[in-house]
Amino acid sequence: MAKKRKPSSQTSFWRALSAVVWKDISAEWRSREMFSAMLIFSLLVAFIFNFSLDLNPKTQREITAGMLWVTFAFAGTLGLNRSMAIEKDRGCLDGLLLAPVDRSAIYFGKVIGNLVFMFSVEAIVLPLFSIFYNVNLFNPGLLLVILLGSVGYVVVGTLIATMTVQTRTRDVLLPILLFPVVLPVIASAVRASTFFLQGQAMDLIWPNINLLIAFDVIYIALAYMVFDYVVEE
Amino acid sequence: MPVIEVRKLVKRFGLKTILKGLEFSAEPGEFVGLLGPNGAGKTTFLRILSSLSRPTMGMIRVAGFYLPQQAAGVRANLGVLSHQPLLYGDLTGEENLQFYGRMYAVENLDARIGEVLELVDLSKRGRDLVRTYSRGMAQRLAIARAVIHDPSILLLDEPYTGLDQDASSMLDTVLKQIAAQGRTVVMTSHDLARSEDLATRFDVLSRGKIIASARRDEIPKDGLLAFYRRSLEMPDPGKQDAREAAHG
Amino acid sequence: MKPTPIVLKVLNWISLVLLAIATYLTIYWAPQEVTMGNVQRVFYFHVATGWVGMIGFLLAVFSGIMYLRTSDMKWDIIGLAGIEIGLVFSLVNIVTGAIWARPIWNTWWTWDPRLVTAAIMELVYIAYIMLRQGIEEPERRARFGAIYAIVGFVSVPLSFLSIRIWRTIHPVVIGSGDAAAEGTFDMTAGMQTAFFFSLATFTVFGITLLWHRIRLGRLQDTIEKAKMEVMS
Repeated sequence: MAKKRKPSSQTSFWRALSAVVWKDISAEWRSREMFSAMLIFSLLVAFIFNFSLDLNPKTQREITAGMLWVTFAFAGTLGLNRSMAIEKDRGCLDGLLLAPVDRSAIYFGKVIGNLVFMFSVEAIVLPLFSIFYNVNLFNPGLLLVILLGSVGYVVVGTLIATMTVQTRTRDVLLPILLFPVVLPVIASAVRASTFFLQGQAMDLIWPNINLLIAFDVIYIALAYMVFDYVVEE
Repeated sequence: MPVIEVRKLVKRFGLKTILKGLEFSAEPGEFVGLLGPNGAGKTTFLRILSSLSRPTMGMIRVAGFYLPQQAAGVRANLGVLSHQPLLYGDLTGEENLQFYGRMYAVENLDARIGEVLELVDLSKRGRDLVRTYSRGMAQRLAIARAVIHDPSILLLDEPYTGLDQDASSMLDTVLKQIAAQGRTVVMTSHDLARSEDLATRFDVLSRGKIIASARRDEIPKDGLLAFYRRSLEMPDPGKQDAREAAHG
Repeated sequence: MKPTPIVLKVLNWISLVLLAIATYLTIYWAPQEVTMGNVQRVFYFHVATGWVGMIGFLLAVFSGIMYLRTSDMKWDIIGLAGIEIGLVFSLVNIVTGAIWARPIWNTWWTWDPRLVTAAIMELVYIAYIMLRQGIEEPERRARFGAIYAIVGFVSVPLSFLSIRIWRTIHPVVIGSGDAAAEGTFDMTAGMQTAFFFSLATFTVFGITLLWHRIRLGRLQDTIEKAKMEVMS
């Protein structure tokens, strides 16, 4: 029989968080359903843009950043929905809540897991877009923007997805609730991305980066304060 | 000193009151069979005890901790089984146990996983994805999950739902084994025969309150059904009179 | 259910009277603006309704926070009323804005930061309503509503900032220049009177409607309770 543990102790925050992240990545690695869905979706969006927006190469280059972010925003909802649906199936969310862990450990664990998925999809979409649109997207500034933007998107998305997955209308509701809130991220990210790609001066770019950072910080704090209320019955 | 103590528990969902001043207590080592008709509030009660749901009013103490204020302390001592398995289909049996073991900070986890898989007779299927398990196997793994951290209290909500004869027998054996280890168990079940077999005490929950309670030695063998029926008829003497008048 | 309180009945009348006076002031009495002509008169109602729209949202956020802290359903009723009033008044704000914009800028819509932010706020309102419609349990509906109101509210100023940063880089090309677009025409005394009067009128009108809506919510609650009792 295992040794009796101290009855009132809670599992450490980091231990719980890493357990949740490990679980999500292991499960996804096995099936890769979420990853492939997001990837195929991104490619389809790229193709649809190309055919519907028949643009000359110059204009195309100007809106590459915009197309990139629209793609991420929509593919992202697929990932978020799936990630939270897994917890809803078989009642697993209850399993998480029964454990003696801080609720925010669960939340941040999910956020990091979702971020990993988003980054892995972005890592593939980026070179593909580079090829399709003949633009060099391996710009350190651009990568920074993608990092900051993805964080903001996932932080809000995870919070909202945890709510929408418990409603009747589920998947459909997530974009409706998410997009108005996440608009500052998309707007600033597109601006900053475009400027980096065009090689504009940093003082044009800074306000946008600052806004992204502000958004990330504000929403991480807000989610931390509010997540308990989302899951406690 | 009761390990579970509940006084005047009220639970409202919006305008509906499900639990109406419920009183309950359990001593260490007791195996309580919680009986009652559908909609009586058994699942709601168990969810509150397991800290998944907050009471509207009332005093609840589990293993010395008050709910909901000291919920964190309670959780470490609870093992919960519901009709949903609470398992991840895309992970193997062992991986599921790894995850929960880490969430509960279980020491010597690998050894412990071996132990509990042995207990529920799933040692050979530990490496298979839970998606491939039958319902009986999933329920057994769920038990392994529920006891991996060696909790002193077990809450079981309709654990036999959807199990065939073989799986049910297996569940019986496992539950007997676990209960014998001195744990306090509260189990709801529609299957009176099984409850009769396992429990040391029977409480009847109807319309949001516990209306009857009897220890096992107070009920004659095979008399549980009669006890149950009698208890449900009790709070409504009006109905009884009408029946007598009809048979007159 | 308590009968309509006297104060509310009085408010009903006051609102009507104020609205009548405000209409007269804005349409006939206020002097005509030099550059824009009569269409500028829309401005008085435009700003006033926008103001009430935002108050509605602020109320919803405050109610949301109070609900999370107290779990008292009355905050949910107030919050929902705030959102609904806010939604309607903001819609009027956007439409009057478009009516004003058309002759001035030659377009029904422009990506002006304030206009876009108003539209985004409207979308958050609508999303709130749709979220509530997807949830049956009253407690969870109130809780999620409160959370989304707070989350949505925080994003609005951030949206405004992000679009404004955007806009200062790419100046607006259409129209007769920024001054008119931002409404920074100089107001004469007569205009100021009309303006502040409209503001006061719509505030009173908004409060009246809010009060009615809250009463409606309470009435619905009472009916639900009665239904429960009859059924059990």
